[in-house]
Formats: sequence, structure tokens, C-alpha cells
Amino acid sequence: MSAVLDERADDRPRVKKPSPWAAPPRPVWEEEPSKAGLAGKGLVLGIACFAILFPLWIVIVTSLQSKKTIDEAGGLVVIPKGITFVAYQELLGGGQVQKAALVSVGVTVVGTLFSMTVSVLCAYGLSRSGSLGHRWILMTLLATMFFGAGLIPTYLLVQALGLMDTYLALILPSAVSVFNILVLRAFFMNISQELIDSARIDGAGDWRILWKIVLPLSRAVLAVIALFYAVGYWSAWFNASIYLTDQEMMPLQNVMIQLVQMQERPVGLQTQINTGQLSPIAIQMAVMVLALLPVAVLSPFVQRHFKKGMLTGAVKG
Amino acid sequence: MSHSTVPRSRSEAKTPEKTPAAPGGEKQPGRSGKLRFGLRFRRDRTLLLMTVPAVLLVLVFNYIPILGNVVAFQDYDPYLSENGFVAILESPWIGFEQFERIFADAAFWHAVQNTFVFFFLQLVLYFPIPILLALLINSVVRPRVRAIAQAVMYLPHFFSWVLVVTVFMQIFGGAGIIAQTLRQHGYEGFDLMTNPELFKYLVTFETIWKDAGWGIIVFLAALSSVSNDLYEAAAMDGAGRWRRMWHITLPALRPVIALLLVLRVGDALTVGFEQFLLQRQAVGVDASDVLDTYVWWNGIRNQDFSYAAAAGLIKGVVGLALVLTANKVAHLMGEQGVYKK
Repeated sequence: MSAVLDERADDRPRVKKPSPWAAPPRPVWEEEPSKAGLAGKGLVLGIACFAILFPLWIVIVTSLQSKKTIDEAGGLVVIPKGITFVAYQELLGGGQVQKAALVSVGVTVVGTLFSMTVSVLCAYGLSRSGSLGHRWILMTLLATMFFGAGLIPTYLLVQALGLMDTYLALILPSAVSVFNILVLRAFFMNISQELIDSARIDGAGDWRILWKIVLPLSRAVLAVIALFYAVGYWSAWFNASIYLTDQEMMPLQNVMIQLVQMQERPVGLQTQINTGQLSPIAIQMAVMVLALLPVAVLSPFVQRHFKKGMLTGAVKG
Repeated sequence: MSHSTVPRSRSEAKTPEKTPAAPGGEKQPGRSGKLRFGLRFRRDRTLLLMTVPAVLLVLVFNYIPILGNVVAFQDYDPYLSENGFVAILESPWIGFEQFERIFADAAFWHAVQNTFVFFFLQLVLYFPIPILLALLINSVVRPRVRAIAQAVMYLPHFFSWVLVVTVFMQIFGGAGIIAQTLRQHGYEGFDLMTNPELFKYLVTFETIWKDAGWGIIVFLAALSSVSNDLYEAAAMDGAGRWRRMWHITLPALRPVIALLLVLRVGDALTVGFEQFLLQRQAVGVDASDVLDTYVWWNGIRNQDFSYAAAAGLIKGVVGLALVLTANKVAHLMGEQGVYKK
């Protein structure tokens, strides 16, 4: 069966695709680059990538080592010897870090959905040129980019609204990013007016046009903005540090400050550390990996859309 | 009611003037035309409804706190009422007393000085790096190499400051990999993370590590919009690699550089609040106190709300003045700035 398929494939006319590793043909007017120039460029790029990846390598590798290897290396491990997931088993098997990770995931998912809904609706509502009042609303939003209210009044407001010690305090005050709304709006404005008009003639209202036409055409920018919001919620720790007083409620970043930066012992999982099977250093590194993993996995997928998302960010009247 | 009852008027009213009128129909007014307010409201009410949640959130969390800044002119006492915001109405007014206290506080001036030192270092050491990296990446022609280099360089931008600081601890900290290697070879270890003298370079380096890669994105966008014909014509006229860069590439980047400079100068008083708060314990208040952390310390920690709000208000007002001035300068130089004239 497979042989037949292979033969079929061989019969097809082949267009040779250039390897993505190879340099495309150079225009005739351009000089060949010098060997030294190429080497220099490679070196600088190499150093830049190394400076970013090497620290991450150490953190990830050390989190996967046994107590013995870590003790032999005198702390951090550069060259791994075997792999053990004991630190992760311990962290995710209950206790403080597991709870914090779940809190972070929950706040990030709920917050991102909420922010995206609010922002997309607002961006579409402002994207149809000449609609009533859109200029005023836009100015109201834009003004906030020039003058921040300040930490203290915001804090007093959150307190007065009764949001202290609730997860709403981690979502509502930072739910809307005017910049993100502007990017979405610029993207929606570029969608062909004829397409929208023809849908309207067929009887579609604004809700249906947004859902059936605008959103499917805007997947790229939606992915970028959702990533921005999600990263914002995932990385946030300051609001939790001032609006939450209950240590049990803290999200992952705040627990990371306690465990890794302040070198405190994690609550609820001291069995293995005390019995000497698990290095506290591995635990610290594993907490860091938990914090960086979702971001490191997601952002490269969205990468090819970044430029588009940033480019359309220009403010249009 | 259903939309289909008035489909024609709605759809044609929304057609921009430049497109021809629908077949068979007479010329309809454009959306921005002279329709009556009531008609426009009926036509656009769905759109208006859609903006309500976002506008409400912005009004509540951005505009109401602006009003809350009046506590800067009070001796605010949160316990005067059950509700902290109602307590504002009952607190005594004391005019500019809080501001006098602030201006007499040496710690405030120290925070101001620190803020400007950090801003200046970022401007000199950080600002040029994304431009140089963008030129470098732009000259890489192999698609796969380029994509990988970009993916790696963008990555740290998405890390939280907590993660960046803890990652730096693993390299430069007292138990970091450098100190560890030094000790194993019989040298004395070192700890950059707790060194107050070098702190200003450390935070600048952290900023570079986190954001310089991401910063190249706007420059790459500007570079990709330069027509290849320009380069070809210049090469025909005998301009070499470097002259083409000087006379074509750099002028293409000029508006972007100007815009980012304006943004940066306008935001000079914000130098990285989280970064300084996180490392405050390690290097001490003297080395790390900036305006934002000064407000946080006095307001949130010491609960001296009026005093801290006054300091925050000073920052906000000076910041606004800086944005407007920077824009003015950009306009005078013939660049666009953040908003148009």
C-alpha cells in the first residue's frame, strides 16, 4: 500500500523548494559578503542567543537533576547527568506551589477571556467609520495613555469597591489595555467595507457581522492580542501583593518571590527535602520552569504574527 | 426588532461616499453625512452598546481614580467612614501642606535623582541596541536562521520581572553559576545582585536582556518597507554596502527612532517599577528607590495615603508635561511624534 503511494508521489512533477537554511539568490548588483563579515555577524548573533538561552538551560537542567548530582556540582548543574522529575512530582502533588499554579492558570484564562471579549467588542464598535460618537469615545480612551491616575487613588478605589482579597482585584483594574484596543481596531478597519456591506444587505446585524466575518478574518491579530493579555495576567504579581492579604490565595509569581528570591522553604511539601532525597535548589528551579514554560511554549507559535500586530498599531482617526 | 426591517437604509448609510451608490438607488448620504442624531443613534446603537463594557471599565479604573487624587490636598483618614472613598468627602482639606512636606524630604529628592540616573543609563546603554540588532537581523538572508534568531530574542520579553530577576540570580547571584565556578577554582565568590554600587548597571543589563530583542520588531517593520529599487539604484551609482546603509537604511529608520525617543523621554519618570521593587531588599533603599517605589513605600506600606498621593500626583503632572514637550520638540523637528498636530 505504502509502496503504491510512494510511486504515485514520485510521478508528480517536482518543484524544488529552496531549503530554508540556504541563502536565497543574491541580486546581481549586491556584493558578495566577505568571510570576515559573515563570521562577525554569526558571532554577534550567537552571543546574543547564548546570553538568552544559557541561563534558561541551567535553570531547566538543574530542575531535572537528583540531589546527588546537584551536590556534586556544588549547586547549579550545567551538564546533566540523567533526568529525574522528582521535583515536579513533589511540587505538583499538592501544597503551596500546586495551588499557586492553579490560581495563576485560572486568573490567566478567565482574565484573558474577559479582556478579549471587552476589547474586541469595543474595537469593533469603534471601527466603523463615521459612526455616532466614535471620536469622543476614542478620545476618552486615548487620554488615559497620557495621564495615569496613580497608585494610591487606584488602591483606595479597589479597597472602596470591596475587591480586596478577591481575584477580581487581579483582573478588573488591568482588564482593558487601550493600546490593545487600538491595535484590534486598526486591524478591523482594514477589513473590506464591501464585504461588510454585502453581509448587511443580506440582513446581518452588527453582532453577526462581527462574529461571522470580522473575527474569522482577524485570527492573526486576535492571537497576538490574546497572547499579550495572557502574558500580562500570567506575569502580574504586584496587584496580588497589594490587594491580596491572604497568603493562601497568592498566584505563582508571588510564591516564586518567596521561594526563589527570598529562599523560603515551600509549605506543605517538606517531606522529601527533609529526608534528603530532593535538593531545595531543584525545587527552586522547578518553580521557575513552571513560570516560564507556558510562555516559552506559546509565544513562538504566535511569533509570525507579531510584526503584523505591531504594524497596524498606528493610531488612525 | 430585527435588523431586516431597515436593511436598505442601514447598509447604504454605512457605505462610504467614495464607493458608488447601490445599483438603482439614488446617492445616499455617507455615514458621516448629515443624518439626524436620532437616526444615527438608531443605526449605531449596537456599535455603541459594544463599547459600553470597555468604556465603563476605563471610566471606573482610570477616570474615577484621577478624581481620587484630591486626597493629595487633604489630611486623608480612611477610618472616617466605612467606605474609603466616602472618607475622602469627610477628610479635612489642608491645601499644599503635603507638597511642602515632600519637597522638604531628602529621600524624595534622592528618589528623583535615582530616577533620572536610571533613565539616562537606559537611554545611553539600552536605546541603541535594538537598532543595531535590527540592522544585523535584517542583513541575515537565510530564512531559517532569521526565524530562529528572532524567536530566541523575542522570548525574554514575555517573561515576568520576577522570572528575570531570579534568572539573573542564578548567573550573577551569590549562589549563581559564576560565583560557584569561581569558588570551585579557589577564587573568592562574588554577588552582583546585592551590590549597591553596581546596581544601576545591573538593572540596565536586565532591561537589555529582557526587552532589547523585542525592541527590534518596530525597526524590522520599518526596514521591510524600504523599496529594494532604492538599494539597486544606489548600487548602480557605485554606493557600497556602508554608504547604502548610511544614505538609505538609516534615513528610513529616522521617524521610528524619533517616535521611540519621544515616547521614552515622555515616559522618563517611569523607569521600571517592578524591577526596583523586587530588588529593593537585596541592594537597599538608597540604591534602588525611584519615584514609583517612593510612592509605594509611603502609601501602601506606611499608609500615609495623602502624602503618597501627592508624590504620585507630582509624578503624573510632570510626566504629562514631559510627554507634551517631547511631542512639541518632535513636531518642531519635522517628525510626527505620538499624536498629530
